[in-house]
Amino acid sequence: MDMTVAKKKLGLKERYAVMTRGLDWTPSYQKMEDIYPYIAYEGIKIHDWDKWEDPFRLTMDAYWKYQAEKERKLYSVLDAFTQNNGHLNVTDARYLNTVKLFLSGISPLEYVAHRGFAHAGRQFPGPGPRVACLMQSLDEIRHAQTQVHAVSNYNKYYNGMHDFHHAHDRVWFLSVPKSFFDDAITAGPFEFMVSIGFSFEYVLTNLLFVPFVSGAAYNGDMAAMTFGFSAQSDEARHMTLGLEVIKFILEQDPDNVPIVQRWIDKWTWRGYRVLTLVAMMMDYMLPKRTMSWKESWEIYFEENGGALFKDLARYGIKMPQCAEQIALEKDHLSHQAWSTFYNYAAAANFHTWMPDEDEMEWLSAKYPNSFDKLYRPRYEFWREQAAKGNRFYNKTLPMLCQTCQIPMIFTEPGDPTKICYREVDYKGDKYHFCSDHCKAIFEHEPEKYVQAWLPVHQIYQGNCFPEGTDPTVEGFDPLAAVLKYYNLEHGRDNLDFDVSEDKKNFAEWRGQATKNI
Amino acid sequence: MSTVFLALQTNEETRPIIEAILQDNPSAVVDEQPAMVKINADGRLVVRRQTIEELTGRDYDLQELQVNMITMSGNLDQTDDEITLFWKA
Ligand SMILES: [Fe+2]
Ligand SMILES: [Fe+2]
Repeated sequence: MDMTVAKKKLGLKERYAVMTRGLDWTPSYQKMEDIYPYIAYEGIKIHDWDKWEDPFRLTMDAYWKYQAEKERKLYSVLDAFTQNNGHLNVTDARYLNTVKLFLSGISPLEYVAHRGFAHAGRQFPGPGPRVACLMQSLDEIRHAQTQVHAVSNYNKYYNGMHDFHHAHDRVWFLSVPKSFFDDAITAGPFEFMVSIGFSFEYVLTNLLFVPFVSGAAYNGDMAAMTFGFSAQSDEARHMTLGLEVIKFILEQDPDNVPIVQRWIDKWTWRGYRVLTLVAMMMDYMLPKRTMSWKESWEIYFEENGGALFKDLARYGIKMPQCAEQIALEKDHLSHQAWSTFYNYAAAANFHTWMPDEDEMEWLSAKYPNSFDKLYRPRYEFWREQAAKGNRFYNKTLPMLCQTCQIPMIFTEPGDPTKICYREVDYKGDKYHFCSDHCKAIFEHEPEKYVQAWLPVHQIYQGNCFPEGTDPTVEGFDPLAAVLKYYNLEHGRDNLDFDVSEDKKNFAEWRGQATKNI
Repeated sequence: MSTVFLALQTNEETRPIIEAILQDNPSAVVDEQPAMVKINADGRLVVRRQTIEELTGRDYDLQELQVNMITMSGNLDQTDDEITLFWKA
């Protein structure tokens, strides 16, 4: 009689080995360098790919199972959200501008991250990182899709979100996050892993997602909170991938250390500059604040990043130099950014406003060294002017930093009364920079950064008007033409929150929801 | 020793897990934030399957934690029985 012997289930470690290395093979009739053409040119030396292991030891079968569960949870919350007019539960309509900023600035990056990890994973000869990159690539497309789905419920009611991807590729300030990711995916596979996998996901992600998601929770936004958490649940795995890849590269060969250090320096700065948008969101755009930008930088970078770099010291890796300048900027960053967006409210896809008295109090308590002295007087003046009917809209175009593409709004390290300008002459042209760090990044790879698509230059060259526009006709209004090119409607998608349709509609709809009229 | 942390969503599934972590890690401190529980520990934090199973009275696969995890800090190692977060320096 045949006895069916119950096979013992494999343990986690064995299962991981079978489902990664066990699925790999050595090519016999193609050369390794033909199959993996990008693996050598960055100068990184890898001797043994099998030394890399995902410490979660997640395999594709388990991956699908848990991801499906995350999706089920998310979509049942989104259903409940729409069934209950969830959009009316947010603290106040100003909050929606956070959602607009996120959808047009961050969600498209999720999609690019999907492509980036698919590409990097394909290039790595090791099955361990390849499988982990495949998972992250799938995660990222899930993030893009779920964010679009969740925010589409707001798009039914509020302005500025109708063509977010078109905006991402065109609107002046959105070239900051866009060019950041384009810079990363056009680097080699190892630099991509250090830029996005390590510097962005491990060192900086907590500064982006944790404030955004807990900000959403604090401000009654169930949809954003849920997709945020759903995306965040993949984040621990991404962080682990980033950290493991960097440790692996550093352990493989001492020659890799200086290359990796340079990338860490570059990408910590690049990522930090992008986080300028998050800093102003935290300090100005969330009607109910979670913590200040400065506090979150202290917890998640200084404390937590400090622990990380202490741990990496055994490989000879140091805290990036730019941390010193960032520490000097933390009292100023969000205020300088919000002032700029307040100025350029006519050319943006979301609304801005002046903080009210309570909010000014909060800001001076959180920023005792800078707010009352430098920023409050400016805001009071603008508020006075607005009350007299002179709400200021800046219609001239600012000079942009060639590297980070942010207008040159930042001040000298240590002197917040003086704008910081740096410049470089390269092959007969002059290039401008917001900081020593952006300048140094350019100087190391000028041929890459001279190609930057700078929105201001493009507008001046006539490349940002709808086709057929004649800028030489009498009374030509360049801003109106640029807004058309952005597919934004003047007076509806832009300008001050106070005069917005969003404000009016939200008040009306909320009134209907709570009264029997 | 530097702090390691694990942040989980606040919900019914994570309640016993947080309880288990606090039982197994004497240095663990809970920091409750909007919709999120962050657990900080000194240098090392262990999530043990057995403790979770004792508290919930059912079999538990540590990979289920994937669904409720928000963020973490530290090096990680996972086996069938434990998830460990740690700094070496
Ligand atoms: Fe993502
Ligand atoms: Fe810059």
